[in-house]
Amino acid sequence: MIPTRMIRHNRIDLAVHDLRLGVDEDTRTLLLLHGLGEQTPSEVPSRIDWPGAVVGLDFTGHGASTVPVGGGYTSEILVGDADAFLQDYEEPVTILGRGLGGYVAMLAAAAHPEQVRGAVIADGPGLAGGGVHPGSIALVSPAVHTGGSPDPFALLELSRDVRPPGYVQRFVGFLREESDLETPLFVSSKVRPAWVEAVAGSAGVGQGPVAEGLALYASVPESG
Amino acid sequence: MSDPGGTTIEQAAAYPGAHRPWRRREVTSDGVGLAVSEWGEPDAPALLLAHGGFDFTGTFDVFAPMIAEGGWRVVSWDQRGHGDSARTQLYSWQADLRDGAAVIDSIGDRSMPFVGHSKGGNLVSHLANAMPHRISALVNIEGLPSHGVMSDVSEHEQAKWVRKELDDWLAHRRSLESKRRRPGTIDELAERRGKMNPRMSPDWLRYLVTVGALESEDGWRWKIDPTMRMGGFGPWRPEWSLLQLPAIAVPVLGILGSELEVMGWGTRPSDVEPYLPPGGRIETVEGAGHFVHVEAPRTVADMTLEFLQ
Repeated sequence: MIPTRMIRHNRIDLAVHDLRLGVDEDTRTLLLLHGLGEQTPSEVPSRIDWPGAVVGLDFTGHGASTVPVGGGYTSEILVGDADAFLQDYEEPVTILGRGLGGYVAMLAAAAHPEQVRGAVIADGPGLAGGGVHPGSIALVSPAVHTGGSPDPFALLELSRDVRPPGYVQRFVGFLREESDLETPLFVSSKVRPAWVEAVAGSAGVGQGPVAEGLALYASVPESG
Repeated sequence: MSDPGGTTIEQAAAYPGAHRPWRRREVTSDGVGLAVSEWGEPDAPALLLAHGGFDFTGTFDVFAPMIAEGGWRVVSWDQRGHGDSARTQLYSWQADLRDGAAVIDSIGDRSMPFVGHSKGGNLVSHLANAMPHRISALVNIEGLPSHGVMSDVSEHEQAKWVRKELDDWLAHRRSLESKRRRPGTIDELAERRGKMNPRMSPDWLRYLVTVGALESEDGWRWKIDPTMRMGGFGPWRPEWSLLQLPAIAVPVLGILGSELEVMGWGTRPSDVEPYLPPGGRIETVEGAGHFVHVEAPRTVADMTLEFLQ
C-alpha cells in the first residue's frame, strides 16, 4: 500500500498519494495529475523516468477523493484542487498532467510560476474538453449514480468544458512573463485540440516526447 | 443580537405589497434539495420564475403576487446555495441548469412561460434552448449580458484583469474552510446588502433580511452559502449568453432598466437587438436600474402580463 493522505479544498477531501521517495534528494518532486475519469496510478508508471520523489493527486470526484452530491464540476475547481496541493506541499514541483490533468497543470503552473518548475502536457482522457465554443445544451443526469468514483457528473461536465485558444494563451503569457524558466511549459501530446495547438505554437513552450520534457525539467535548477 | 433602537422583525416584515408564497415544497435535483415557492391558484396555468445570483425567491415577494393576480400559478425556486435550498460542495452553470430542469419537470408536462431576472434571465434563456418542448414564451428581465467592459480596454489591461481574476479566485478558494456569514442586526444586514443594491430602499432591504436571513443567538445571517462568490476565473464570455436568443422559437420579451449600476451588465437595447429572434422585442423601463422588477414592480408585471396575453 502506498501512503495516502488527505488535504482539504473547501468541502472536498483530496487524496494525495506518495508514490515514491526520491532516488536523488536534490531533484524536486514530480506531481502527477491524472486524466478525466482516471485516478493516481498505484505505482509510478515504468515509462516515467524521474529521479526525484513522485506524488499523485486525485481530483474532486475521482479516486479516493470526495465525490460531491449533484455535480457542478468545472476545470477551475480542479485548478483549485491543484492549488490546495501546492499550498499544502510548499516545495517546488514539476507537474506531469495527462489529458484534463494537462490542462489543469498549465493553469496551475500559471497561478504558481515560481513553485511549479515546468509542466508537461501529455495525452490522456479529457484533453480536448468541450471545444473552443459552448456546444448545444443537453440537460441529462446520469441514470445510475452510486456515489462511487469516478463521479459520472465529472465525466459529463468536464468533457464539455470550453477551452478557447485565445483564453488559454493568456496563461502561457503569464508563465512566459513570470517564470524564470526559458521553457516553462512542454507539450508532449500527439493529440492537438485547438487549445493545445495554440499552446504548442506559443513562445516559451517546448515540444517532444514526455521523457524529453521530464529530462529538461529534472535538469533545471530551483529559482534563485 | 439585541438592538434596542433598531428595526424589529415585525416592522421590517411589514413591507407594503409583499406576500410570502402561498405554497412551499421541495424538489430534489440529483440529490440536492431545492426549496420551491408558489404564488397563485394551484390549477392556474403555470409560469416559471427564476431569481438572480445572490438573490432568492423572497426577492419576488412583491412582483410574483402581481403575476399571480393576473391569473398565473407562479413557480420559483431557490437556486442551490441560495435561500432555503441546500448548500452543495460544487456550483456551476450546468448544475444550475439541471436544477432548473428538475423544477420544470415537477410542474407537469405542459409548456409554460419562463421569466427570469439577471442570472435567472440568463438561465431561462439557456433552458429555452435546452427544453424547447416546455417553454411557451420567454421574458428576460435584465438578464442579457453584453460584451461588457473588456472590449474597450487594451490587451495588456485585459491580461492584467485575467491574472487578477485567477489570483483572487484562488485566494477565495483558500479562505473557505469553516467560513460563516457575519452576524448582525436587521439594520446592519440591510446596510451591507445596500452596497450591492444601492438603488433599493432601506425598507425593502430590511424586508429582505426577514425572508433571506436567519436569526440565531448572535444575530441575523444571510442564508446564502458563504462559499459562493460573484464572478470567478474562466473562459466564459458575455456574448455566449446572447447567442442563446436567436434560436428561440417562442415569443421573446427583453426588459432592461435605463439606469446602469454595478450589479447589472450595462446592456443597452442596441446590444441585444441583433440577437433577437423574429418577433422578439426589447423594452426599457425609464428611471429604473438592474432590479427593475423591485423598483417598478407594477410596470414590469403589467409589461409581462400584457405580453403573455
